[in-house]
Amino acid sequence: MIKMQNVSKWFDDFQVLKNINFSVNSGEKIVICGPSGSGKSTLIRCLNALEEHQQGSLEVDGLLLTNNLKNQQKIKQTVGMVFQQFNLFPHLTVLENLTLSPLVVKKNSKVEAETKAIELLERVKIADQASKYPAQLSGGQQQRVAIARSLCMNPKLMLFDEPTSALDPEMVKEVLDVMITLAAEGMTMICVTHEMNFAKEVADRIIFMDEGKIIEDSSPDIFFTNPKEERTKEFLSQIL
Amino acid sequence: MKQSLAFAKWVKKSFLKNSKQTFLSIILLCLISIVLEKLLYWLFLNSVWLGDANACREASGACLSFIREKFVFILFGLYPREILWRPILAMILFLTLLFYSLKFERWNKSLVVVWLFNMGTCTWLMYGAPSDKWGGLPLTLILSSVGIFISYPLGILLALGRRSSLPIIRVFCVCYIELIRGVPLISVLFMASVLFPLFLPEGMIIPKLLRAQVAIILFAAAYMAEVVRGGLAAVEKGQIEAAQSLGLNYYQSMRFIVLPQALKYVIAPTINTAIGMFKDTSLVAIIALFDLSLTTKTALKDPDWLGFSVEAYLFASIIYFIFCFSMGRYSLALEKKFVENKA
Ligand SMILES: Nc1ncnc2c1ncn2[C@@H]1O[C@H](COP(=O)(O)OP(=O)(O)O)[C@@H](O)[C@H]1O
Ligand SMILES: [Mg+2]
Repeated sequence: MIKMQNVSKWFDDFQVLKNINFSVNSGEKIVICGPSGSGKSTLIRCLNALEEHQQGSLEVDGLLLTNNLKNQQKIKQTVGMVFQQFNLFPHLTVLENLTLSPLVVKKNSKVEAETKAIELLERVKIADQASKYPAQLSGGQQQRVAIARSLCMNPKLMLFDEPTSALDPEMVKEVLDVMITLAAEGMTMICVTHEMNFAKEVADRIIFMDEGKIIEDSSPDIFFTNPKEERTKEFLSQIL
Repeated sequence: MKQSLAFAKWVKKSFLKNSKQTFLSIILLCLISIVLEKLLYWLFLNSVWLGDANACREASGACLSFIREKFVFILFGLYPREILWRPILAMILFLTLLFYSLKFERWNKSLVVVWLFNMGTCTWLMYGAPSDKWGGLPLTLILSSVGIFISYPLGILLALGRRSSLPIIRVFCVCYIELIRGVPLISVLFMASVLFPLFLPEGMIIPKLLRAQVAIILFAAAYMAEVVRGGLAAVEKGQIEAAQSLGLNYYQSMRFIVLPQALKYVIAPTINTAIGMFKDTSLVAIIALFDLSLTTKTALKDPDWLGFSVEAYLFASIIYFIFCFSMGRYSLALEKKFVENKA
C-alpha cells in the first residue's frame, strides 16, 4: 500500500524528516507516536501530497508520488485524511460537507451522493444531524462527521492526525469507537495518536518517531513490554 | 394607554437615563429643532415653487422652480427630449431586475439569461441616441454598476493571483494592484481619455464612454482585490488542506470552499468599496462625460438661472444618497443573514 524509501524533507534548512524507510501493507493498522515536533504530522501529510518531500521515493497504492499532478490527484482520492481540528466546511451543512467531493470530483448524481452520505452518517451514528451546520455540533460529533466525509470518497487508506487531541475527554471515546469499527472492517489506517489503549487494541505495528527519524517500529506486544530503544522506554514512561 | 406607557418608558430608557444623558438629550433636541425649523422655512414656507428666477431671488427660501425647470436636464443630460422614455424605461428595467436579484435564493441559470436579455434591451433602449448624448442618472448608473459588476470578479482573480505559487502571476498582480492604488482615479481617467487613443491604430475610434468605463473597471478592480485579499487571509489554512485531501483541485477548492467563506467575511468592506465607486464615477466629469455631477454643474451655468447651487447640489445629493444608502442597508441585511445562518 505504502512504500517510503530514504524519504527526507526540509523546511528551509531545517530537516524535518531524515531518511525515512517505512512501508505499510494493505489492511494494516499503524499507530505513530512520539514527542511534539518530531515530524509525525509531516510524515503522514507527505503521504497525500499535502507536503512535498525533497528526497527519496514514495509510493502510494502503486503510484509514485512526484510532481506529476495527475498522480497527486489520484493519490489524494485514494487517501482519506482526518485532522486534529476537524476542518469541516463551516458554510455547508453536514450533508453538504459529505456530498461536496462526490458531486464535484467524482461527478456522482445528487441522489447517489446523498444516499451514500446518509449511509455513512448512520455508520458514525449522526444521521439525525444531517441538516445542521458544523458550528452547531459538539467536537466529538464534528470529528465523526469529518471521518464520514473522508469515507465518502471510498479511500483505500485513512490517515488520522491526532484526531482526539482537540476534544474534551468525554468525547474521545465516541470518536475512537468509530475508528475501532473502521479498523475492524479492514480499512488500512495510519493514526498519529497518543491514545495508547487504542494502540494496544487495534494497532498491528506501533512506530515511535523522534527528531525526524523512526526510532522504533514494532508490534504492540513488544512495543509496550520490551522496546528495543532506550528513548522509546523514556517516552513510554512519560506518557503511561 | 398601554402603548403610550411603553413609549414613555422607552423615552426614559433611551434619553433620560441619568442627569448627564438628560442634559445631552436636551441639547441635541434643541439643535435638531433649530435645524429643522430653518429647513422647514427654507424648503417649504419661504420657498418658491412656481415663480421665475427673479421671484426666487426676492424670496428667502429655496428656489424649487429651478429644480422644476432643470430636473430633466440634471437627470438625463443631453439625451433628446422626444425619446426620454428610452432611458426611463431602461432604468426601470434595470432597477427592477436588480431589486429582484438581491435575494441569493433567486440566483440560478435562468436568472442569468434574464439578466443578459435585460442588459441587451437596456443597451438597445439607450442607443436611441448615440452614446455621447447620454447623461445624468442613467450614465452614472451605467458607469457604476458595470464598473462594480466587472471589477468584482476581476478583483477576485487579482487577489487569487497575488497568492499564486507562480512568481510571474504573483509579481504581475502585486505590481498592478500597487500601481493602481498609488495613482488617483482622475489620472487613470485622463490617460484613458487622452493618452490611450494615441496608441490606437489610425482610424480606430473607441467611444469616450467605453474608455472611461474601462478605466473605472481597472481602477476599482485593484481596490476590490485588496478587499478580497483580506477575506482570503481570514480563511483557515486547514480548509484548503481538507478540500485538497478530498481530491478537489485548485479551482474546485477555491470555488466551493475558500471563496464562499472569504467573500462572506468581507461583505461590509466590499459594499463600502462599491459605494465609494458609485460616488467616484462623478470624476468622469473632468473628461466631459455628462454624468449626474456634470449635469448638475452645467444646469447652474444657465444665465437665466444663476446662483441656485445649493438647491441643485441638494437635489443631486439626494439622488446619490438614495443609492448609497440602499447599498449600505443591503450590506447590513446580508451580514445579518449570514450570521444567523452559521449560528
Ligand atoms: N510549514 C512549516 N514550515 C516550517 N516548519 C514547519 C512547518 N510545519 C512544521 N514545521 C516544523 O517541523 C517540525 C515537525 O512538525 P510536525 O510534523 O508538525 O511535528 P509533530 O506532528 O510530530 O508534532 C516542527 O519543528 C515544526 O516546527
Ligand atoms: Mg502534529
